[in-house]
This record gives sequence, structure tokens and C-alpha cells, in this order.
Amino acid sequence: MKNLLARHCARFCVVAIAGLACLSEASAGAVPKLTTITVSLPDPLRQFQGADAAAINNNCLVCHSAGMVLNQPAMNKATWTVEVNKMINAFKAPVQKADVPAIIAYLVKHKGTR
Amino acid sequence: MRSVQDGAPLIGRRAVLAGGAAGLALAHSRALAQTFVRLPLGSSPRARALTKDFPQKGEMILQRSRPPLLETPFAVFDKGVLTPNDRFYVRWHYSDIPTTVDVDSFRLKVHGHVEHELSLSLSELMALPHVEMTAVNQCSGNSRGLFAPRVAGGEWGNGAMGNARWTGVRLSDVLKKAGVKPGSVQVRMHGLEKPPVAASPPFRKSLALDHAMDGEVMIAFAMNGEALPLLNGFPIRMVVPGWYATYWVKMLSDLEVLDKPDTNFWMATAYTIPDTPHADMMPGQTGVKFVPINKMVPRSFITNLQSGAKLPRQGKSLIRGIAFGGDEGVKTVELSLDGGRNWAAARLGKDEGKFSFRRWEADVTFPKPGDYMLQVRCTNTAGIVQPAVPNWNPAGFMRNVIESTRVTVA
Repeated sequence: MKNLLARHCARFCVVAIAGLACLSEASAGAVPKLTTITVSLPDPLRQFQGADAAAINNNCLVCHSAGMVLNQPAMNKATWTVEVNKMINAFKAPVQKADVPAIIAYLVKHKGTR
Repeated sequence: MRSVQDGAPLIGRRAVLAGGAAGLALAHSRALAQTFVRLPLGSSPRARALTKDFPQKGEMILQRSRPPLLETPFAVFDKGVLTPNDRFYVRWHYSDIPTTVDVDSFRLKVHGHVEHELSLSLSELMALPHVEMTAVNQCSGNSRGLFAPRVAGGEWGNGAMGNARWTGVRLSDVLKKAGVKPGSVQVRMHGLEKPPVAASPPFRKSLALDHAMDGEVMIAFAMNGEALPLLNGFPIRMVVPGWYATYWVKMLSDLEVLDKPDTNFWMATAYTIPDTPHADMMPGQTGVKFVPINKMVPRSFITNLQSGAKLPRQGKSLIRGIAFGGDEGVKTVELSLDGGRNWAAARLGKDEGKFSFRRWEADVTFPKPGDYMLQVRCTNTAGIVQPAVPNWNPAGFMRNVIESTRVTVA
């Protein structure tokens, strides 16, 4: 099988300079002028859908767009519970305690393992 | 105001791919024209919107709109070893990102265990000697969406990486200017990104003092000869060659020299890996010691073919791609046509430095028609080779398994 692959450099000219330092003093003129910049970031409008979405919309979209959740794989209740608790305990997300069961229920219903 | 609809359709619902967004209360007309890409993830959802709605960015894969997670479409890596600035992936932790940076009032603060606190303007910083390096920036969780079993997090394909020529100043020169006091152990880096909730742990990362002073770690003000795009860290960002991008702090505004190891959340809890070969463990395994993620490991990819490609029986097929050695250079790239039983060396392209992507290519003649499992593997100059078996850890870090591409020869 090995001889099926050509092994000689034809297309590329390999510039092998032994010991060439990776970090080199930059040549003059390589420096762009930095100018003040203003940009606008697009607005994530999407909300979670459904009659059971109030808790997740009211608590979770403060920090991140719905896509963060919608792009996750299906996960079981225990894993979703860990994720919600991580947001509350590690990231100090201001989630209403009374809303936690409804948030987890939404995730399990719509993004739970089947 | 431009708007974006991120996120795949809900499981169990009819896919809303190109239109049919009536169920989205605030659907914007532009969203209706969205096109989607299908990532080769282990399970659904695999569809991601393509977007051109982010400033200074061309077409990107929308992983999350706020805070932005934008993946580089994989075809970009076939075009050359340098990833264009407008296609370079984007990853932010918190949504309060300044949308204006005034270059006259911007300051980099240097404080903590130092002789003289500094507050450097951009012109003062850029008066230090300039250095240049080509280096790969790769998210710790690049390819997380390919983990099996799947794990929570940014569900990237293989495009949370890029390679650029960085111009800047040595971190060591900045620290020498401030005068590091005896007894210092780490340098903590912090940027202008803020959480929307004041109580959240600020995103701060630390490097050991010896590493920070090694003369290779840089503060970059240019990327491929241009100012950094804002979403890649304008006006200045850390470049920590050979290390995962979590240390390459963007919009760098604060350096703090520490006399005790940093135990903040982003060092002690987040971005930690099993202290095992390949950062590998079993799902559910307990008693595993975790350490902060650090050096990258070798990877290689075919860039001119996707799984499912048809190749001609007659003549030679050119197969090409990119490789990188992690924290060392590329020694060899090898290609297998038979799922890893036999390997032959590919030709290597120009060496742009040990931290850069390196092009490789091979002319292949297939012996007979049929299905082939192409595999590519990189060995770096320290002799570390990509593993044949994928690793697993709960955060989905450090994937570098040998990649496989199925093709049909007819």
C-alpha cells in the first residue's frame, strides 16, 4: 500500500531553515495603525416557544441566547439539573428559585433523552 | 438592528430550515433567508445557521449569537495555512463586550506584585520591540460536538481553530518594565469582557511566571498584518503559542502579578482536564484528579474531501490538508487508505514555524473500485502521535483522535 502514495516533494518547495526562530523581530512597516472602532452586534431575538416557556425565557436569556440551549444534544434530567445548578452556583445567574423546576421540566420535555 | 436566530429547531418538531418560521414570535425577514450547514456531530441537532451578520466577519457558522460563538466553515482551511481575519472563529464567555474601543483612552494596567504599577497607552505598549509569530489558536473544546457520549457546552465541529501571523510585543518586556518582585509565581490576565450579572466570576486566566517570561508569549496588536477584528480581541490580545486559546485573553486590559497560585473559578474549576494520558477518562469515573488545561496536542485534517466524496478509479487523486504539532512542530503527516493498517508519509508544505498549521498533500492511486476509509495522522517533533481512539472527558476538551474520511472510488 505504501507505494501508492508518492513521497517526493514536487508541488511544494520546502524552505527548511534549520534553527529558524519562530519568534522573529517584525520588519518595519508591518504595523497597522490602530484606530477607534465601533461595531454593533446582532440582536438575538429568538425566544423559547411553548406554553411552558415562561420560566426559561424569564431567567435564562439574561446571560445567553436561546441557541445555547437549542444546539445542545438531548440530555437526561440529571444532566440538565447539573447544568441549571451550574448556572446558579458557579455563574451566579439570578434564577428565581421557584422557577427552577419549570426550567428543568422544559429542558427535559424539549431537549431530553428519548 | 440586525437580528439573528441561533439554535437548531427543537427536537421532535418539524425542522424549520429555510423559512416556515411562523412559530417564532419575533421572526425577522432576514432570518427567513438563512441557509444552514450540517455539522458531522455524533447526534442531532446537527444543523447550524450560516451568518454574515457579525461585524468584520464574513460567512460564519452560528453556534450561539449571544455571547457570540462563531465557527469557521471547514472549507476555509483548504485555502491556505493562514485563516483570514474575517473567517477566524469567535468565542466569548460573557455577553457584556464593549462595542466601542477608543484607542486613545485605552490602557493596559500592570499591577500586583510589581515594583512599579503601569498604565500603558497603546502607543507606549507599541513602542516596545515588535515580534512576529505564526501560531494556531484553538479552543479547548474544539470538536466537542464529536464527543461520544455527547457532553454539554459549545457544540463545535472542527472549526473552533485558526492560524494567524501575530505581531505584538513580548509579555516579558512588559513585565520587565513593571519589575516583577521576588516571590512572584503567576501572571493573571483579564480583558474588557464583563458578565451581564455583576456576581459572576470575571473571566481571568493565569500563566506561571516562567512561562509568562519565556519571550514567546506575546501581546498581539495585529493579526495577519491588520488590526484584530473586535470580536477577536481588538485592540490587543494574548498570544500563548502552543497552548489552548483559553489563555489567549482578548481585549487584554489588566495584568496582575501574583505571589500565590490563582484559584479563581476559571483556573481551578473551569477549563480543567483529567490528569491522565490524552486527558481521557470513563464517563462516570470518580476519583480523577483534574488540572488546568495547558499544551495543545497534534492534529491533522483532510481539507479537500468530505466524507461521502466520490473519487475516480483512473489516475491520481490529490489529497491535501493541514496539520499542526500542538506545542511542537510537525515532524510527519501520514495517510492511510485502509483505515489505519498501512501508512505512508505525505509531502509537507512550507514550514511557517513550529506553532503554525502546515500544509500536506499526497497523490493517491486507488488499486481497485470500492469504499475506502482514509485516515490522516500527525506526529510532532517531540514524537507525540495522534491516538487511534478518541478521548473522553466531561467538558469535551482536547480531542485529537486520528480523523477518518470515507470515500467511494468508482
